[in-house]
Amino acid sequence: MAFFIQQTLVFMIPLMIVALAGTFSERSGVINLALEGIMIFGAFIGVLFIKIISDAGLGQDHAQLLLIIGILAAMIGGGIFSLLLAVSAINLKADQTIGGTALNLLAPALVMFLIIIITGSNTINTPASLDFMLYRGDFGIAEGKELNLFEQIFMNKVYLSNWYALGLYVILSVILYFTKFGLRLRSCGEHPQAADSVGINVNKMRYIGVTISGTLAGLGGFLFALTAAGGASTGDVAGMGFLALAVMIFGNWNPLTIAGAAFVFGACKCIASGYQYIDINGDGIYALANLGISKYVYMILPYAITLIILAFTSKNSHAPKAEGQPFDHGQR
Amino acid sequence: MTFIFLFLILAVIIGGFSVYAILTTKKAKANGYETWLMKFYAKDSVKTIISSVTAILLGLLVGCLFLIMFVGSEMSGRSISGFDLIDALQLIFFGGFNTGRNEFGSLIYGWNGVSLGNMLFRATPLILTGLSVGVAYKTGLFNIGAPGQYLMGTAAALIVSLTIPSDVIPPFIIWIIAFLSAIIAGALWASIVGLFKAFLNVNEVITCIMTNWIAAILVTSLFDKTTGPFNFLLDPSGDKNYKFVYKTAHNGVETIKLGLDKLFPGSQINAGIIVAILIAILMFIIINKTTFGYSLKSCGSNKHAAQYAGINSKLYITLSMAIAGGLAAAGAALYYLSGNTEFTWSTYQSLPAIGFNGIPVALLASCNPIGIIFSASFMAYLDISGLQIRNMTMYNEYISSIVSALIVYFSAFALIFKQILSGKIKLFRKKKEDISNAVDTRFKEEDYNVDKKEETDSKEVETTEEGGTE
Repeated sequence: MAFFIQQTLVFMIPLMIVALAGTFSERSGVINLALEGIMIFGAFIGVLFIKIISDAGLGQDHAQLLLIIGILAAMIGGGIFSLLLAVSAINLKADQTIGGTALNLLAPALVMFLIIIITGSNTINTPASLDFMLYRGDFGIAEGKELNLFEQIFMNKVYLSNWYALGLYVILSVILYFTKFGLRLRSCGEHPQAADSVGINVNKMRYIGVTISGTLAGLGGFLFALTAAGGASTGDVAGMGFLALAVMIFGNWNPLTIAGAAFVFGACKCIASGYQYIDINGDGIYALANLGISKYVYMILPYAITLIILAFTSKNSHAPKAEGQPFDHGQR
Repeated sequence: MTFIFLFLILAVIIGGFSVYAILTTKKAKANGYETWLMKFYAKDSVKTIISSVTAILLGLLVGCLFLIMFVGSEMSGRSISGFDLIDALQLIFFGGFNTGRNEFGSLIYGWNGVSLGNMLFRATPLILTGLSVGVAYKTGLFNIGAPGQYLMGTAAALIVSLTIPSDVIPPFIIWIIAFLSAIIAGALWASIVGLFKAFLNVNEVITCIMTNWIAAILVTSLFDKTTGPFNFLLDPSGDKNYKFVYKTAHNGVETIKLGLDKLFPGSQINAGIIVAILIAILMFIIINKTTFGYSLKSCGSNKHAAQYAGINSKLYITLSMAIAGGLAAAGAALYYLSGNTEFTWSTYQSLPAIGFNGIPVALLASCNPIGIIFSASFMAYLDISGLQIRNMTMYNEYISSIVSALIVYFSAFALIFKQILSGKIKLFRKKKEDISNAVDTRFKEEDYNVDKKEETDSKEVETTEEGGTE
């Protein structure tokens, strides 16, 4: 059970945070197709910073501090990279799908170009001597003690970065839905002319939306590189950005349902990747493995279930009305 | 040396032409008639082409800046030198024509059949995936499901071409059957997306993403080494070790060469490129010259208006996706039926890049089927240039991917470019002036009035003088 939840979180948290990134951008009225690209770039910048600092001989004993530096670097990197989208979509009124696609192409190319120049090989890794994972000993739990479920999930083999991300998710969701700023941001995605008429600077709001989106997607990419890819950046995040886009649409552009959608998807994905090891009630019988179903059925499961749920829920789907349309003062 | 000479000639031609253009236009404007250049420039398609070419040039320029930025950086013990830079700058433009180095170590250029032939061979599937994205885009659908459709086409083409015994049916017929079955597989696969969009109003982007991965897993399971139903098609020989499906040449099925291998000796080219170009022309005719194409386009530009005009928009959305899927799958068929390409069956973790690369190809050509032929060839050319850069210099091949991404980025500004070209937006008017325009215009008006007064004054003087002479 604990294994199941922890594995689910590995998929769920990056998906959630990147889907929220998409939400911020689209709620402000800019379609952010570039999530995948920004994730790749953020992952690269985060890993690069950790590598540079630890290569300089600093922070070898402070892995958790380095982790925070990596997170911040990834967020700033993602934010800066997303400005390329913001400029094209807001100032130059370019087609937002094309701009996003261009960034998706640019990020892996740029990252691979730089990685090969920096390392001479196809990957860049965080130093092997650094272990960002926290074990039971770090929480002061004695070796040999039986762990309860809470301790198994939260106090053994965890990455603190996941909990930072979860905290950020909650805070930003509250900001988006319960503050003046959040209301203004959302109004720019629904009816920018109305927002403009009451004195909201639509372009500024959209810049903020896209930049927040970029920072979050950068963070998501770094989380992916750290947890799922084992601290490596290879110019690829396994389609996670596109999946997050799907989770965002699936979650109806709403943080609460996005979390639910990400959980469903993460759980299915976890079953797919580790169904042989899942022991649901802890009696030592691996029920799923004994069913004798092909592993490919499990692998298709997350995607198929998403499609089926979408088929039933899509009638209630509410995309932000003004997304994808450049803001024009003159329109009504 | 020849290189610099070529550049000089080009510069002289462009310079001369622009001087000619400016002079004739000035004269024509003063005398109130139109030259052929002005008529040519007034066309919308010309402006589209100019803006695409501008995007390409800007992308190449920024790519060159990237190359310059990394001169002197250390790379696996050797630093990138100025010579590397000079070579790379040449290769990024003329990489496809590079034929190696002469005895002094400088690059020489000429007809490189291998590079250019391979470029056309790579362009073949790109044209079709580009068409796939482009046709869907015309109908208002963003088809990022091309990789999945491409994979389904691959599987269908390979299975059909390898299982039909070639001693019973002639290989040429098998080729055609395989090609058609790939198209059908792709069309059926893509119509899932179309049906979801048309009847359940599910965003096509999300269904495309999901069907991509489902296709990848399905295809993997079909050819799985141990459990797949078609695992007898895997190549067991030594180093291949069941990693690939047999080349179709194993069953004698190969795309005919039509003598193109004489023109491009040593390359992989075959008649597939001609098929691709014919399909592109066919799509151009269907979209621009038939009622069917008009209905497709009208569903894209305004679904409700189309519905009101009696067009069954649900049907056309589904059909449009099916056509897009068929095109992507046709690309796969042309690529894998060539007889000398291998398919890695274990693809569940990665989607074919050719499918995604259809997106930039279509966008660069602003989804015009004829334009797609050129943009696909250009993208393939950039790829070849990238390989040459990797082989000849210390840089790596990803510079060409950077350049193509930048080109797509700049082509997003096509609308702005076009507006600048047609004079709707003035380039050299800054926002600051707008804010203080209240003051500025007043001054300008005064200036203008003063000028007018002077003019009238001088006219009066003239008239009086004239009067005087009378």
